Amino acid sequence: MLAYLTLIFCCQLLGELFVAALGLPIPGPVCGMALLLGGLLAYGSIPPALAATGAALLDNLSLLFIPAGVGVMLHAKLLAHDWLPISVALIASTSLAIAVAGMVMSRLTKTSTTPPPPAEGS
Amino acid sequence: MHDLRDIWTYLSASPLLHLTLTLVAYQIGLALYRRSGLNPLFNPVLLAVILVVSILMATNTHYETYFSGAQFVHFLLGPATVALAIPLYRQFERVRRSALAILVSILAGSATAVISAIMIGWGLGASKDSIISLAPKSVTAPVAMGITEQLGGLPSLTAVLVILTGILGAMIGTHILNVLGIKDWAARGLAIGTASHGIGTARALQEHEVAGAFSGLAMGINALATAAILPLVWRWFVGN
Repeated sequence: MLAYLTLIFCCQLLGELFVAALGLPIPGPVCGMALLLGGLLAYGSIPPALAATGAALLDNLSLLFIPAGVGVMLHAKLLAHDWLPISVALIASTSLAIAVAGMVMSRLTKTSTTPPPPAEGS
Repeated sequence: MHDLRDIWTYLSASPLLHLTLTLVAYQIGLALYRRSGLNPLFNPVLLAVILVVSILMATNTHYETYFSGAQFVHFLLGPATVALAIPLYRQFERVRRSALAILVSILAGSATAVISAIMIGWGLGASKDSIISLAPKSVTAPVAMGITEQLGGLPSLTAVLVILTGILGAMIGTHILNVLGIKDWAARGLAIGTASHGIGTARALQEHEVAGAFSGLAMGINALATAAILPLVWRWFVGN
């Protein structure tokens, strides 16, 4: 368990170093995630102890957002000022993203796996 | 003999108090969420944040004081982001067959989420800080916060907006997909995961196992896609 926690930390550290060295515009941990994914693809399976370590981190993922979320108390003034554009953007943009991703996926998979349905009236 | 004030002074200076407050608030949030029958409106993170903010305001505690204890929880976001590679790998094997369709759909959804959030925020006169913090709202919180930080926005505001986006997606996603007549479980899950990350994925898993798997996959790929696309879109937006 500790060995794989060390591996995860190393991936993050390497990711941070990689991003800083190349000046890449992505967060270090995301680069670390890509590194671990690449490692898993090369290895071909997930060692059970790594799965357990990952589950320990991910099972309570929601908990980890709380300290940052509490920081909203620092932005009460900004939220009071921008509540309208923020609410409209959240609702409209989330709905649009769901509609676009869903329609593109259903269109692409339909044409590639199943024949088109017969035309109406035929 | 200590009097109560001495004990309070001692405790409020130690990280233990606010670390414990965070854990207890989360447990209370989880208990309420379970009692509500997993109603997305009773999101445990949202409840815990409301509870902690109320207590900090009632005791006149600064956020910096709270964070000096809570940072031990916050720190784990980085390793947890790396660990997302594990569920991503599991689904990588499962969906390799329609890899291109999946990639194109997620990129389309990802670009829609980012561009529409920026345009609507800008069109309705939001401040620059709010717009940057809104832009990565569809991405899982640790990644979204990293992106915002890098662009000079407010990671804590992003965390809250990400959570609200997840709750919204979980609430309205099913209705939108029904109205559009999208019945394929893979497409439904992918749409919800792209737009509303982990909270949406939890909802998709309740609908159908295949929807849940595709939603988790979409969440992971969208994190990478947005981390790559958003800084470019933002540079273009600021430049104009």
